[in-house]
Amino acid sequence: MPDQALSVLLKGRNLERLLGGLGVTLELSAMSIVLSVLLGLVLGLIMTLRSSIIRAICRLWLETIRIVPQLVLLFLVYFGMAKTFDIQMSAETAAVIVFTFWGTGEMGDLVRGALTSIPRHQRESAAALGLTKVQSFRYVLLPQTLRRLIPQSINLATRMIKTTSLVMLIGVVEVLKVTQQIIDANRYDAPQAAVWLYAVVFFLYFIVCWPISLLAGWLEKKWS
Amino acid sequence: MAETLLEIRNLHKSFEGVSVLKDVSLSIAQGEVVVIIGPSGCGKSTLLRCINGLEAVDSGEILLRGERISGQKKALHLVRQRIGMVFQSYDLFPHMDVMANLLLGPIKALGKSRREVAEEAERFLVRVGLQDKAHAMPGQLSGGQKQRVALVRAMLMHPEMLLLDEITAALDPEMVREVLNVVLDLARDGVTMAIVTHEMRFAEAVADRVVFLEGGDIVEQAPPEKFFHQPETERAQQFLDTFDYKKS
Repeated sequence: MPDQALSVLLKGRNLERLLGGLGVTLELSAMSIVLSVLLGLVLGLIMTLRSSIIRAICRLWLETIRIVPQLVLLFLVYFGMAKTFDIQMSAETAAVIVFTFWGTGEMGDLVRGALTSIPRHQRESAAALGLTKVQSFRYVLLPQTLRRLIPQSINLATRMIKTTSLVMLIGVVEVLKVTQQIIDANRYDAPQAAVWLYAVVFFLYFIVCWPISLLAGWLEKKWS
Repeated sequence: MAETLLEIRNLHKSFEGVSVLKDVSLSIAQGEVVVIIGPSGCGKSTLLRCINGLEAVDSGEILLRGERISGQKKALHLVRQRIGMVFQSYDLFPHMDVMANLLLGPIKALGKSRREVAEEAERFLVRVGLQDKAHAMPGQLSGGQKQRVALVRAMLMHPEMLLLDEITAALDPEMVREVLNVVLDLARDGVTMAIVTHEMRFAEAVADRVVFLEGGDIVEQAPPEKFFHQPETERAQQFLDTFDYKKS
């Protein structure tokens, strides 16, 4: 019942813990997304080069992140690195590495797609104006690329936020893990609270992702 | 005879083994308007693209005021600052308004101040009849308006010469004139131009010299009054005949 859930939420430091868990989720997501966007812009540029070796490497990267489940990547980096190479890292670091590896690959492919979809004559007329390559990228190609990137990269960002829920399986206590702990601790006193607590989690994810969608919609409208 | 501005010597260019330009030599004097005509695929556009380095030449050389500009990669943007080019496709930058399109080159490439260029840009817009469009986005302009803006954008760089690559080919017929009037106006001002066009009446009106290109060769060149009425070669005559319609 909702009232059971409410009393559980208000009990002790539960609400504070839940928001703390959300903080961990946000922190992991924000770090991974920012790194992915920056590195993805560079990777996308590299992907447009005509070298076959570079293409093969990027292809391998993309296929890896698309075929291998993110959970397997998390296990590989967190447990695999420790076992095989004796590299110890915190679960949070492992999570950021995996999500950045994934996000950079996906973002790179989005950037490559957006860059190559800009008509050739845009590049040529920037060149014909006597702009250097860096200037024509900065003032002509990049702004148009960013506009084209908005819908899909917002989609990627929200997918990344949602997928951070996997990191509890390598021991990071984020919002979903905190919820489970609260549910477990109150299983006898408030057996009906679970579904409502999950509804709270649903709501928390929603209030994180929704503003991002709003921002995307606003930018698309502004730039159309 | 005025000073030679541009000289092309024995230019060769091929794409994947197909020769597009075969030993083309051409010189253009200061203030001269040269119109290049010929059938599709004869290499007209490629010739213009070689001049401002959008295509690398295979052999031969291109000189601007006696200074070799072909066969180098580093300082191409400096060469292009001296040679303006307008293309067939409407090539305004869609994310900037008209004024930002006009100011980008002079401010970023030439390092001029916004104030001095903005005034000049406004004068130019008045001249081409677009004074009320300074803050319009390219998407709100007609094709003819876009091409006039593109011409102004090229002219604001104060190029030593202008290359026009079929700038009216993608336009509706009623917009062709408004664009070509601007070109005629520039020609009267003594702007040196190399123009590729399919508008024969315009070519005749604007050209100081017509160059007829076919199969990558210059077949004939002559003043327009001679070329269009008494061409020397049969190939030129055949080409001109394709523009005549008679009900037989």
